[in-house]
Amino acid sequence: MEAYLSLFIKAIFVENLALAFFLGMCTFLAVSKKISTAIGLGVAVLVVQTLTVPVNNIIYNHLLKEGGLAWMGLPDVDLSFLALLSCIGVTAAIVQILEMVLDRFFPALFNALGIFLPLITVNCAILGGSLFMIERDYNLSESIVYGLGSGLGWALAITAMAGIREKLKYSDVPEGLQGLGITFITAGLMSLGFMSFSGIQL
Amino acid sequence: MSSETRKIILDPLVDNNPITLQVLGICSALAVTSQLSTALIMCVALTTVTACSSASISLIRNHIPSSIRIIVQMTIIASLVIVVDQILKAFAYDASKQLSVFVGLIITNCIVMGRAEAYAMKNPPLQSFIDGIGNGLGYSLILIVVAVIREMFGSGKLLGNVVFPLVQDGGWYVPNGLLLLPPSAFFIIGLLIWGIRTLKPVQVEKPDHSIIPTAHGTDVHLEVH
Repeated sequence: MEAYLSLFIKAIFVENLALAFFLGMCTFLAVSKKISTAIGLGVAVLVVQTLTVPVNNIIYNHLLKEGGLAWMGLPDVDLSFLALLSCIGVTAAIVQILEMVLDRFFPALFNALGIFLPLITVNCAILGGSLFMIERDYNLSESIVYGLGSGLGWALAITAMAGIREKLKYSDVPEGLQGLGITFITAGLMSLGFMSFSGIQL
Repeated sequence: MSSETRKIILDPLVDNNPITLQVLGICSALAVTSQLSTALIMCVALTTVTACSSASISLIRNHIPSSIRIIVQMTIIASLVIVVDQILKAFAYDASKQLSVFVGLIITNCIVMGRAEAYAMKNPPLQSFIDGIGNGLGYSLILIVVAVIREMFGSGKLLGNVVFPLVQDGGWYVPNGLLLLPPSAFFIIGLLIWGIRTLKPVQVEKPDHSIIPTAHGTDVHLEVH
């Protein structure tokens, strides 16, 4: 149990996808102008990440990994080179299914998340989470915890960023730094802040 | 080289740079730049994938139904990335270990998708190929600048060769450790953007609010555009 807790904390703070690995940066910088939209996108990423990492884990371990097809009587088949294609396919499919389910059963949530869901297919944080899961050889329960933690970490980072940017518009920024430039510098300072967690051994 | 081709290649370098102006493909730009060698491999990989995917998508652009075009583009890009990944694993195993997941993340690099969607779907294959190379070069330019700064001042080396002899090896240079940490990439790109936009004022973004000086001293009013 303790191992899962430390994996969870590590995924949120120490190995924050946005601020330590720079994943999902494009949307992180583009959609962080307002807190409300940032929270919407953050929740959408959290949900999709929690679903895709375990599903990709099941597919990878039971279909693609070397020896993964043993249950079909094919112990020598190694399809791991297909991992990239299957990860992105699974992400696209899950986003599509989630969109339809939300539209049918939770119209209010669908309206709130609507425009962000398609964006998530090409969010590198989602694909990156699945690829890290494969690289680090997580088992199913670890991958659930990792998916939840890393999604939460990303949501936390983008919400904090949006909060800072909302305050930032009252400051007198040099002309050339206006907009994108100052956003980069802010993200750098936030990343420095998150680095202070990296000394924590769990 | 005709002036048209030259324009397609040179335009994305500074005037329309994918990273500093279009805000595309930033994730990998930040993560692989602590060493010049990994950055160079990443540049070659991304330029190849962008050029080839633009060319192949442009070849079949008239046959893709628009409702499933994203999936078709994704499949083409993912297949190309798998080829690049396998080649790297076969011929440069150490480098592919260092790049870890970032080669795979070329699939979701917005530059590749962005060029496929914005250019290759409307233009013939050759131009799309050149456009892909141009944008790849624009990306490479920023990556190489950032990587040179980070490696040279962070560890006193360039491509593994000593440029500034370090103090602990009996030299004179005290390395700036911050440059090897992830946040420094943010600062360097932020400052690069500042530099480019000071040279090219057209690219400066309009502020949402601006501070206008008032007659009676310290009072500050916010003007909403």
